[in-house]
Amino acid sequence: MTVLQVEELDCRYGLLQAVREVSLQVEHGETVALIGANGAGKTTLLRAIAGAHRPHAGRILMDGVDITHVPAHRRVALGLALVPEGRRLFPGLTVEENLRVAAAGGRRGRWNLQSVLEAFPLLQPRRRMPAANLSGGEQQAVAIGRALMSNPRILLLDEVSLGLAPVVVGAVYRSLAEVIGGGSTVLLVEQDLTRALRVAGRVVCLLEGRVVLQGDAASLDRDRVVDAYFGLRRPAVGGAPA
Amino acid sequence: MILLNAVVQGIFLGAFYAVLACGLSIMFGVMRIINLAHGDIAVLGAYIAFVIVERTGVSAFVAFAAALPIMLVLGYVLQLTVLERSLKAGILTPLLATFGLSIVIQNLLLLTFSPDVRSLGGAAGGFTTASWHVTSQLSVSALGVLVLAVAVVVFGLLQLFLSRTRAGWAMRATAEDADAAELVGIDSRSVYARATAIAVAIASLGGLFLAIRSVFDPASGPTQLIFAFEAVVIGGLGSLWGTLVGGIALGLAQTLGAQINPEFSVLAGHLLFLTVLVVRFGGGRITLRTLRLAR
Repeated sequence: MTVLQVEELDCRYGLLQAVREVSLQVEHGETVALIGANGAGKTTLLRAIAGAHRPHAGRILMDGVDITHVPAHRRVALGLALVPEGRRLFPGLTVEENLRVAAAGGRRGRWNLQSVLEAFPLLQPRRRMPAANLSGGEQQAVAIGRALMSNPRILLLDEVSLGLAPVVVGAVYRSLAEVIGGGSTVLLVEQDLTRALRVAGRVVCLLEGRVVLQGDAASLDRDRVVDAYFGLRRPAVGGAPA
Repeated sequence: MILLNAVVQGIFLGAFYAVLACGLSIMFGVMRIINLAHGDIAVLGAYIAFVIVERTGVSAFVAFAAALPIMLVLGYVLQLTVLERSLKAGILTPLLATFGLSIVIQNLLLLTFSPDVRSLGGAAGGFTTASWHVTSQLSVSALGVLVLAVAVVVFGLLQLFLSRTRAGWAMRATAEDADAAELVGIDSRSVYARATAIAVAIASLGGLFLAIRSVFDPASGPTQLIFAFEAVVIGGLGSLWGTLVGGIALGLAQTLGAQINPEFSVLAGHLLFLTVLVVRFGGGRITLRTLRLAR
């Protein structure tokens, strides 16, 4: 069953076109990794799906219903949640407030303050601290927990490993495995190719705003992915050779 | 004893400034809007209470209670119609929009009520004149105590709202990062509208106190805005309790300045404001450097 469908999506920042005619589908219970070099349009695509960026053209459908013009906060109620790049916690709010403020606009389900703190035990002693005082790994845990508080059916994760120590990244992904194991549908952006191929069932590779390769993580040849990732073996476009 | 009296009166006056400044502080803290129409909105609130008193003959406090829902709705609508659009156009546009709003309100008041000076002092019952003479030189007015008590209650309730309720967390979250707040399901438009509604309602409370303490006319707004703005800056931009402290500091400066010479009253407040600006916002370094360069 297709829960999320993106049709011919175009996203622009002024004259700059960040996402070009991207179409993709995410099935229920699937984990899909969006990969690609810096500036490939991964973050913009996720933000457009979450409603934080208004697309220039194209459609976004959830369970077959067009949500292209639904504001971001209403998409949360529909079951979409984004863990944004750079975590974007509310620094002056305590950990507990950061989590609980996110519960109001969401859906009911198995995730609540109790279960999130159980899933991320490192947050338990920090719950009354302002989020600004946490370490990077702890902040990332709060960001993921905050998204879970709305009990999303589709979880969008943008570079959860960015700026974290490798050891912490491992811990964050171990907690995520539990989330993914719970039957959630996950669409994630990951720079680390090896990790993306390991976590995801399917991989979508973006290059300069376009989908250049997609397929099952298990069946994809790593070299082909690397080529698509960096845009190698591509016919040269215009211009005289330097 | 004269000095003690000046301090006591300064605290009462400062509590009035704090109430006046509270809404300005909320709007700056939540939306980064400096509402130049804040003083005029306070005066508008006073006029609405005045009309209710004129028509029905109730006390000024009852009239204010009746005006409160009107002001809440007015603030809500003001945000959704004028301020929201101006916010989208960058940081300078709200400043221009509220400046325009200030002129519009003043002129509408002038058209409707003429430039006559009014007061609600007579409609506030015995409160306006009652006082306790502690000694021959120290008197404590009932109105002063009332304003101080109301100021503490207003700031206390706001603090409770922001720290204990889910709507309060949503307001703080939106103030810190509106984009991220939307992503966790908070309707930032509605939060902004609620913040403005609260700010306008508290501004009209300031207007009520102005009308009871002294007199007001359609052009009274800008002076109130300046005192409110000074209180906000002295207390630290965007800090709620700071605004209460800033208001009281301003009131103290004015009454203590008046002890030196009655003409110094308002000037002393301005000087305190300028000193805080220079010290806190790094103006000190610039001034020192210019001094050094000048030598």
